[in-house]
Amino acid sequence: MSPVLELDAITKRFGDTLANDAVTLDLGRGDILALLGENGAGKTTLMNILFGHYAPDAGEVRVMGRALPPGRPMAAIRAGIGMVHQHFALAPNLTVLENVMTGTERLWRPVSDTSAGRRKLAALSDRFGLGADPDARLGDLSVGEQQRVEILKALYNDARILVLDEPTAVLTTPEAKRLFATLKDMAAQGLSLIFISHKLDEVMAAADRIAVLRGGRKVAERLRGQTTKAELAELMVGRAVARPVRQMSPAGSPVLTARGLGLRQGGVDRLKGVDFTLNAGEVLGIVGVAGNGQAPLARLLSGTERPTAGTLEAFGQSLGSLSVPDIVALGMGRIPEDRNHEGVIGEMPVWENAVLERLPLFSRRGLVDRRRAMAFARQVIEGFDVRGATPRTRTGLLSGGNVQKLILGRNLIRHPRILLAAQPARGLDEGAVAAVHRRLLEARAQGTAILLISEDLDEVMDLSDRIHAIVGGRLSPAVARDRVDRQRLGLMMAGEWENAGAV
Amino acid sequence: MRFERRVHRPAALVLAAPVIAVAAALALSGVLIALAGAPVLEAYGRILTGAFGSRLAATETLTRAVPLILTGLAAATAFRARLWNIGAEGQLYLGAMAAAAASSLLFGSLPPALQIPLLLVTGALAGMVLLLVPLWLRLRFAVAEVVTTLLLNFVAILFVSMLIDTALKDPMAFGWPQSLPVTESGTLPKLIPRSRLHVGLAIALALAVVLAFVQARTVFGTRARAAGLSPAGAVFAGVPLGRTLMQVALISGGLAGLAGAIEVMGVTGYVTTSLSPGYGYFGIVVAMLANLNPLGVVAAALFSATMFVGADAMGRTLGVPSYIADVTVALSLLAMLVALFFTQYRVRR
Amino acid sequence: MTDILAILASAGLWAAVLRIATPLILGTLGELLCERAGVLNLGIEGIMTFGAMIGWLAVFNGADLWTGILVAALSGAAFGLVHALLTVTLGVSQHVSGLGITLFASSFAYYLFRLLVPVAGTPPKILPFQPLQIPVLSDLPFIGPALFTQTAPTYLSIALALLLGWVLFRTPLGLAIRMTGENPHAVEAQGISPVLVRYGAVTAGSALMAVGGAFLTLSAFDSFIPTMVQGRGWVCIALVVFASWRPGLALLGALLFAFFDAFQLRLQTALGGQVPYQLFLMLPYLLSIAALAVTARRARVPQALMQPYRRGER
Repeated sequence: MSPVLELDAITKRFGDTLANDAVTLDLGRGDILALLGENGAGKTTLMNILFGHYAPDAGEVRVMGRALPPGRPMAAIRAGIGMVHQHFALAPNLTVLENVMTGTERLWRPVSDTSAGRRKLAALSDRFGLGADPDARLGDLSVGEQQRVEILKALYNDARILVLDEPTAVLTTPEAKRLFATLKDMAAQGLSLIFISHKLDEVMAAADRIAVLRGGRKVAERLRGQTTKAELAELMVGRAVARPVRQMSPAGSPVLTARGLGLRQGGVDRLKGVDFTLNAGEVLGIVGVAGNGQAPLARLLSGTERPTAGTLEAFGQSLGSLSVPDIVALGMGRIPEDRNHEGVIGEMPVWENAVLERLPLFSRRGLVDRRRAMAFARQVIEGFDVRGATPRTRTGLLSGGNVQKLILGRNLIRHPRILLAAQPARGLDEGAVAAVHRRLLEARAQGTAILLISEDLDEVMDLSDRIHAIVGGRLSPAVARDRVDRQRLGLMMAGEWENAGAV
Repeated sequence: MRFERRVHRPAALVLAAPVIAVAAALALSGVLIALAGAPVLEAYGRILTGAFGSRLAATETLTRAVPLILTGLAAATAFRARLWNIGAEGQLYLGAMAAAAASSLLFGSLPPALQIPLLLVTGALAGMVLLLVPLWLRLRFAVAEVVTTLLLNFVAILFVSMLIDTALKDPMAFGWPQSLPVTESGTLPKLIPRSRLHVGLAIALALAVVLAFVQARTVFGTRARAAGLSPAGAVFAGVPLGRTLMQVALISGGLAGLAGAIEVMGVTGYVTTSLSPGYGYFGIVVAMLANLNPLGVVAAALFSATMFVGADAMGRTLGVPSYIADVTVALSLLAMLVALFFTQYRVRR
Repeated sequence: MTDILAILASAGLWAAVLRIATPLILGTLGELLCERAGVLNLGIEGIMTFGAMIGWLAVFNGADLWTGILVAALSGAAFGLVHALLTVTLGVSQHVSGLGITLFASSFAYYLFRLLVPVAGTPPKILPFQPLQIPVLSDLPFIGPALFTQTAPTYLSIALALLLGWVLFRTPLGLAIRMTGENPHAVEAQGISPVLVRYGAVTAGSALMAVGGAFLTLSAFDSFIPTMVQGRGWVCIALVVFASWRPGLALLGALLFAFFDAFQLRLQTALGGQVPYQLFLMLPYLLSIAALAVTARRARVPQALMQPYRRGER
């Protein structure tokens, strides 16, 4: 059978970097192909070329044997390619129907045929089991529902080839399972699917075929039955990367305790009745699907927000009313969730970002002590291998991994007694992940108490001594790492923790 | 064709940007001068001689630069912290009115050494108060200050107009709507005798230097810059956003108020509703031409003042409306935006 | 109290409301269109000024009144193009670009006016739009003089408000415009260029603003006086927030605002100088600020307003 879609020797350059190097892929009717690769492997560029957002420097895209004109999204849509973006291409202020119908009619029609739109949407919802209220405001839907709208939008455009970019990044485990069931159903009905991922588990669970991308090149293509997770991991990273292993060590005395912690904003409980104790020399993991209260919790602990209920004490002192500089002075290190928007200010040089949260320490009578600040920045750069940086480099020029090293360095170099690490390895490539994990475990060995907030099950399982799940702003009781497995944690993340064996 | 972000910003390009922008603006307004039937090069020549051709002209240009430096600094300080204070015009009027009123009603009998500083502070305070209202509305009600500061300009000028019609009207002005005058001992001393140039210039220059230092070297300057570049990043790093914006607003409003006080104490002696030909608005141009650098503000203000003074002289002799100065200065702002863009991006085909 | 009632009962008040509202309706619709596509246009004050001048100048030089309106619209569109070039193509600060447009357009208007119109003691006049005599309606007692003695552009502005409401909420084009203001990436993903949509909205919106300005010189008055726009553009920006970016509410807001303005003018006459007139003149601006304070938090701001869109960058 001839392929529905062919990418033939696609090459794309950005400046000096080769984002795609003669990548060739094909997709048959009813296929589910996984595109596996690390961040920066060129997956997104390739899909943007497929979808006409970029024009390739060489090579062509063929649908049903016919070449698509390069750089024309409209042509891709007409040819039946639909894209489900990781950051949904949707508008929260508009309704589901409006989101789906945008750009589907001739622009100059004097009136939009919403009743036809409604009928078509309802038919698609039924056919693929993707229920959605057409008149609901999109912003009022859950993330999983929004994703269904995004898929419906592609189907509404009569897509026969569906590209999904990291579709499970925002889903709970049950939601992800449901999504894969839907995808298989769609394939059975004759649609062809490509999904992009860097998660080995889901690739093995859902794909028929797996193409591995590394450094812009397709390094391998395997049928699911003919490969293993271990092989895929090595193909993806290019070498066997060993993540550091946590050594057992006894925890010290409690340094940070939360009792009945709550945060209420705009009539909504962001956090409610949160209790935990963090001990010196341990990693306490808080795992959960995005949007379940991790961000508010991190803000409370970083001192950028005040609790509306309960107490938060470090070394017996209440943090509730302390400012950020006070909290930092107490010996708290903070790694923010969004390193590029919160962690650093891209337009400022590295040295200013190194000292900004500790300005009182690097100033005298209101004047910034540049010499000491520069020296500190140099120390961080050298000690933590921040590549491509001098103290005067504009921070925005650094890669994500190096920004994270800068943030880690400015905190760890001063041996904090507590370290708040929110999503410390998110979006980093495997090498950088290992480096970050090693640093965290080193700090733990030196007695730093680490509170790890993460959406990544593997990360939490690798690093934590004890684990809480966070769901809807509430914490499960802590469980010891050695007494849970992935399945049980998955259940806890879905809110089922009565029988999870609390300690 | 597409634009690609530059990895490094060549320093030479950043410095050249305002020069290129001004040249482009002059070229464009040359078309308008030609439209008026005047010889373009000669017109530019006359603008230059009009602004610097004589001792009187040069001092006049410097005098005109003083309020522009101050409103330029006001805008530059505020914009650095992404506080859109477009209300310098109103703050200037209120500052002028406050200084004139304080001199004629409160401190008139004090000696200059005491009175002048008091009047300057009064003017600055008035400007501050007027900017605190939009800041409060922003922090409390999430109202964009750009609109409220613009609207308050009209309120402030009407308020001043009301005062010089009523409570603060000068009874000796033969019915003209002008305010009670600044007393003799409240008047700023001349910098150069037999000219209008007063010590306000020295004050403005000193403030530019001080602000450049504050911006680059102090904890406050660093934090204000951080707040402007990335509110989220600043908050995470412990910059108290509200308090920092408040301090920025006090400086910005104070500078604009001071511009008014200095203008009335150094040049006019009393307040009318035509005290400012738009110094507050052109301060924005000055700040942008300077790329928000306080020392650059001095140079940019000098350029604007040259245009305003020179175009007056040129207009009288060549029959070109003197609004050509306003047009050129406004064009230089638009050209500067383009020039600044190309310091950050390059064209790729 | 009887004074107030007498004012409210006079047909003149209601006629004045519509007249005062017209430039505000047009300006607010123009700004609303720009902002719905995601572009703040602070050029409005200058564009209205230029429209007032150039429309008047065209008529002064022998063009008919509708040609004057058209000339104004074209000039507004031209300034809109410049603003779009700076903010959409180059993505520079929408605040600063808009202010630059305002400074440039107004000083350019003054320059041309001074250059092309001989200086005279009293400003030269044109014959402006005359009230339309509508059969039956204009002859109704009270209602006739109150509502149906307006000039054609006033009716046009009301029709435009309804039309814009229709376009934005009932047509595929309007949906694309709204989506561009909410999430330009979504528009791009559907094969529509958000850049073109923004260019179109800013150009058309700016044309509307200029027509709003031209109403001042071609209908409300009969001559051009520098600074005659008097902050109406800024008021329009406040009205857009007040209207929560909806044309129908914008029409309502402009009328409400004009009502207060017309009312204070009459109250001012009625009180005969007991209160300084400046206090009355301040009211519109203070009212705008108050309206912003009340509505700003609740308003559903287009999510991509003031966000430059660059293809492939998020």
